[in-house]
Amino acid sequence: MNFWLVLSVNSVTFGGLLFLLSAGFSLIFGLMRIPNLTHGSLFMLGAYFGATFIIGVFGVQMNFWLAAVLATLLVALIGALIERLLLRKLPGDALAQVLVTLGLSFMVADFCLMVWGGDPVNVETPDGLGGFVRVGVAAFPLYRVAIIAIAAVFAIALWLLLDRTRLGAMIRAGVDDPDMARVVGIRVSQLFTIVFALGAGLAGFAGIIGGPILSVYPGLDQDMLPLALVVVILGGTGSLLGSFVGSIIVGFIYNFGQALLPELAYFVLFLPMLLVLIFRPQGLFGRQVP
Amino acid sequence: MNGRTLALAVAFVALGTLPYWMPGIYYINVSSQVLFYAIFALGLNILVGYGGLVSLGHAGLFGITAYAAAYLLSMGLGHTTAIIGALIVSLGCTAVFAALALRATGIGFIMITLALGQIIWGLAYRWISLTGGDNGINVKTRPAPFGYDLGGANTFYYSTLVVFLVAVVVVAIFVRSPFGAALKGTRDQPRRMNALGYHVWAIRFWACLLSGLLTAVAGILFVYYTQFISPQTTSLTASAEVLLMVIAGGPATLLGPIVGAALVVVVKNVVSGYIERWNFLLGAIFVAIVILMPEGLVPGTVRLWRQGWRALGRRRSIVIAGSAEPKP
Amino acid sequence: MTALSINKLCKAFGGLRVTTEVNLNVEPGERRLIIGPNGAGKTTLFNLITGELTPDSGSVHLLGQDITSVPSRRRPHLGMARTYQIITLFARDTIVRNVTLALLGLSKERWNPLSVIDRNTELIDRAHDALQRVGLRHIADRPLSQTSYGERRRVEIAMALAQNPKVLLLDEPYAGLSIDERRDVQETVRAIPRDVTIVMIEHNMDVALDFAERITLLHFGKVIVEGTRAEVVADPQTREVYLGH
Repeated sequence: MNFWLVLSVNSVTFGGLLFLLSAGFSLIFGLMRIPNLTHGSLFMLGAYFGATFIIGVFGVQMNFWLAAVLATLLVALIGALIERLLLRKLPGDALAQVLVTLGLSFMVADFCLMVWGGDPVNVETPDGLGGFVRVGVAAFPLYRVAIIAIAAVFAIALWLLLDRTRLGAMIRAGVDDPDMARVVGIRVSQLFTIVFALGAGLAGFAGIIGGPILSVYPGLDQDMLPLALVVVILGGTGSLLGSFVGSIIVGFIYNFGQALLPELAYFVLFLPMLLVLIFRPQGLFGRQVP
Repeated sequence: MNGRTLALAVAFVALGTLPYWMPGIYYINVSSQVLFYAIFALGLNILVGYGGLVSLGHAGLFGITAYAAAYLLSMGLGHTTAIIGALIVSLGCTAVFAALALRATGIGFIMITLALGQIIWGLAYRWISLTGGDNGINVKTRPAPFGYDLGGANTFYYSTLVVFLVAVVVVAIFVRSPFGAALKGTRDQPRRMNALGYHVWAIRFWACLLSGLLTAVAGILFVYYTQFISPQTTSLTASAEVLLMVIAGGPATLLGPIVGAALVVVVKNVVSGYIERWNFLLGAIFVAIVILMPEGLVPGTVRLWRQGWRALGRRRSIVIAGSAEPKP
Repeated sequence: MTALSINKLCKAFGGLRVTTEVNLNVEPGERRLIIGPNGAGKTTLFNLITGELTPDSGSVHLLGQDITSVPSRRRPHLGMARTYQIITLFARDTIVRNVTLALLGLSKERWNPLSVIDRNTELIDRAHDALQRVGLRHIADRPLSQTSYGERRRVEIAMALAQNPKVLLLDEPYAGLSIDERRDVQETVRAIPRDVTIVMIEHNMDVALDFAERITLLHFGKVIVEGTRAEVVADPQTREVYLGH
């Protein structure tokens, strides 16, 4: 019983991390109509940057949360630069943009290898969140519960952003119909930069706060990108609710799959994605077909 | 004798005498790699360049052929049986892949092929009882057809060269054929083709099978070359690399994938001796080509030659797929 | 036996009815014009006739044969050809290759992966003949990208005619043409022999009225008026549809 409970909490935690990773991916896909194949790399970059800030750079050590914020901003900036300097050179050419993100993922992966080497980097659980929380006879790591809370906060914040702010309305308009959005005066290309930066930042943030659980190692990008892809396909591109529900589902499939069917763990994960792509390509909550 | 025929003749002679002028066994082996990766790239190009369908899962097909061959060999079957068995398994898989992936086009096709490739990778990685997982499967010996032992670098190179030349001829004939013209038509104007009486889905399906066949042949050469297969060969990175070969060299050309394969293999094997982070270089070259020379190195170099450096600024859209699809 | 017969054709997208109970009977050799304001559902009607859209109810008969459930790719084989409002030809190829592809579409050769298409003299000769009929034989080897819009429209018509259709559907063939180009295309259309039945959608009244023998007026997906040119022009409903009163 304990085993299932722990597995479930881990699944929700992982789902929370996936949500932070995938929400950005989903918005980018919904607005710019491209699967951002650099997304896993941005996750990994955030983790590496954050870990470095914590360990100390130029003799300055930072606390976990400050490091996380700085790492997030840095990755968001990188995202903005990618969109502005590279993707914007290929307006309307979705295929070329996808290929550029693919090439960039190679570059970022090797860059990380160059700077941080081949050994995994451990990230210490932040102070105060190291213990366990007891619920009845079960004990859950406090940090994992904290991640769930953080993800929930961000989910609400993102929803408010999309639903209540002008920026959010513009994003939703762009997702629904970019041509129409341009016609009514929305600066869609500026929106692209903002959303790409936002998505990148979220990915980077997910990377560093996932650090204590997943640690940071070469290949982290390749582990996370396919998961973001599955979440967004299942949930539907451009849909926040879809990313949320999809993340929880994938979190559960991933953890339970690894535990119960290790030989078919990835099969169990990608099969639903394949089925959705074939039979219901817009996903559970999506607006358009990829 | 015009320039083109002369160039071909020189290339033919160079390839034929390669072991005699290459400085060492290491480089002969690299050349063998270039050749079978070129076959792989030519196979992918049938879909990407001539069909307008970008696949990010072709390493899955490549790998599954290698795994099938290695597995059958490890079960004690002879080389001929293993090769035929691997080809059958691979073509069967290709047919299933095609039937699933062709339910979409454009970005949807890319994502389905990506998912399929990941499924194969996941099975290779986790179905340890079948594939050995990360430990992979070893292939103990290379074949010795008619007593001609392929264990040595030279002999393996020549057998690969023969297969390569056959593959090039097959693709050249295909491209110039009515079916090839039909495939290119579905790339450029699928809706119009449908209105002209063509069966667009069926054309694409058969193109997938041809692509799969070439990929399978390359996979078999690969597994005999390395005498080892592991999940890494089926990964997304591997699919991205062969796509890079096609895009970098020039999709929809015969020479493009060959040049692209040479570029990637040489960077991986030779340049990596001097530059440690060659993946970075590969990625950078890819990004540069997509932005500056999207038609690929082969047509792009020709364009530069004719129009000068100013031509780099004048970017044309990446020349892959056309426009609206016919209603299913 | 009518050349093309449509019976109670209906199509709706969600709540929006784009085609409502349309009946149409076109006699062999007839020159039928379909007119109507923007959004009347004319191109949708064409798409339903060619099978690119599936009707919700109703039937389409070609030369007496019910083709309602025949897939769109088979209809050219049965004698139906069509041009599009926006020209979508094979820009990477020459003019003659464009027409060759049209011919190939109906030929078993299209499945042949072995022969060399550029040496198929039979196909190429027939392509040249088709180009001759539209007056473009002299630029057969020119890349399509180096042709004018008017020339491309004529190439498109050559491609349609090359398939020896019994029924030819022309969707706004004069759209986007200059006066000179329009005259050339008009000549081409006039020269089409009577063994081809033509149904044309057109906006430009001068050109269209010159061509039409019978006219069908569509509005909001319904047939409002139908008859000879004189009848439709005189009908007060025509004025109402176009001028709103």
